[in-house]
Amino acid sequence: MNYHWNWSIFWELSPDGVHTYFQTLMLGTAWTLITAACAWIIAFALGSIVGVLRTTPLAAAVWLGDAYVEVFRNVPLLVQMFLWYFVLPEIVPGAFGIWLKQLPNGSFYTAVVALGLYMSARVAEQVRAGILSLPRGQRQAAMALGLRLPQVYAYVLLPMTYRIIMPPLTSELLNTIKNSAVALTIGLMELTARARAMQEFSFQVFEAFTAATIIYIVINIAVTFAMRMLERRIAVPGYLGFKAPAAGH
Amino acid sequence: MFSNFDFDVIWRSLPYLFYQGMTFTVMLTALATAGGIVIGTLLALMRLSGVPVLTLPAAAYVNLMRSVPFVLMIFWFYFLVPYIGQWITRSAQPLQVGAFASCLITFTLFEAAFFCEIMRAGIQSIPRGQMAAAQALGMTYPTTMGYIVLPQAFRNMVPVLLTQTIILFQDTSLVYVIAVTDFLGAASKVAERDGRLVEMYTFAACVYFVISFAASRAVAHLQRRIAIIR
Repeated sequence: MNYHWNWSIFWELSPDGVHTYFQTLMLGTAWTLITAACAWIIAFALGSIVGVLRTTPLAAAVWLGDAYVEVFRNVPLLVQMFLWYFVLPEIVPGAFGIWLKQLPNGSFYTAVVALGLYMSARVAEQVRAGILSLPRGQRQAAMALGLRLPQVYAYVLLPMTYRIIMPPLTSELLNTIKNSAVALTIGLMELTARARAMQEFSFQVFEAFTAATIIYIVINIAVTFAMRMLERRIAVPGYLGFKAPAAGH
Repeated sequence: MFSNFDFDVIWRSLPYLFYQGMTFTVMLTALATAGGIVIGTLLALMRLSGVPVLTLPAAAYVNLMRSVPFVLMIFWFYFLVPYIGQWITRSAQPLQVGAFASCLITFTLFEAAFFCEIMRAGIQSIPRGQMAAAQALGMTYPTTMGYIVLPQAFRNMVPVLLTQTIILFQDTSLVYVIAVTDFLGAASKVAERDGRLVEMYTFAACVYFVISFAASRAVAHLQRRIAIIR
């Protein structure tokens, strides 16, 4: 290979004149994490609501929830980003569209909304599967005790559901972080975009992408580790995956 | 709102969108699925072999692919493939690889990691007694795998493999980042040339939705039909 390696490139000044390449990658990491965190809040909240809707005895709510999930799951994330970023400002009333276009950090808000809604369909699938995995006696017992439907969910079904679906939710959280890279197509300067910019300005292709890859792996390991700790704390005794606390001192 | 929605621009660009764009997308999906399943099955066999020399590299590869964004991997391969080609052919210059070949290699190698996990689950779903019974009959490991385990594992996993293919079909839109003319790339080129972003992106979204939705319905139907009754 006649590729010219230069690992000290990270300490050289990037074209912005202020930060070194290493610092630009760190800024990108921060944007990746902030975008993913905000999107995850939307995904978790909306996904829970839609997941619950799909398990209620109300036919209309089930239909609505199913339709929501099908729409957001069957259009590629990249296309959804374009719809929010390019199409939405054009089809809303004039003044609002102009406000949307001039919004500072517009690509960040767009990325958060697009990614949040896209992931919410996946969270909804997990929440629904979790609720359906519970013995139906739990719902019946709660109803028999005279709880109203919202109470059945809030006090009986959901607390169990979240504890059971922690492992798949962890992988959806990791997917949210990874999918935030798609936002580079609408101009969000997150980690992959910074690595790409570094490659374009310095021509050190493989150093830039190696650094980005390592950062993603570190984020992945850190999130996985943190979630494992949480999973262990909230695992339901008696279910597979529950490890009894060690006896003795 | 839709008063100046120009249906004509969609109509005029249909041949370009489908002959050029969709052909690329569908070919890429089909070939990458086929290649990904073959390599993924080999990776799964490596991971389940119990031999550390095979298990560790396969596990490392799969975990690496699963922890980085697909977009980053597309960039990686886009720049790396010419150098690997140069290394294989021992030429003096980095090898010029066409857009399609580059995308195909990227998608095959990336999706192989995901197909590996599916096939691994499929192989592990086969009762251990079948393996023992085949060995008791004097069958060798390759014969056992080829005639007993893999056909059943494959059959059990067909719905999951097809679902992954639908995801792959949607993921092909990401080749946009290296400016390849797949279906979305074609739509985006027309959109920018004619200044018709609303029409083209809305149409693209509808086409992706219709195809993915119909395919996932078909998979659900198939799943009910081929489910093995035990």
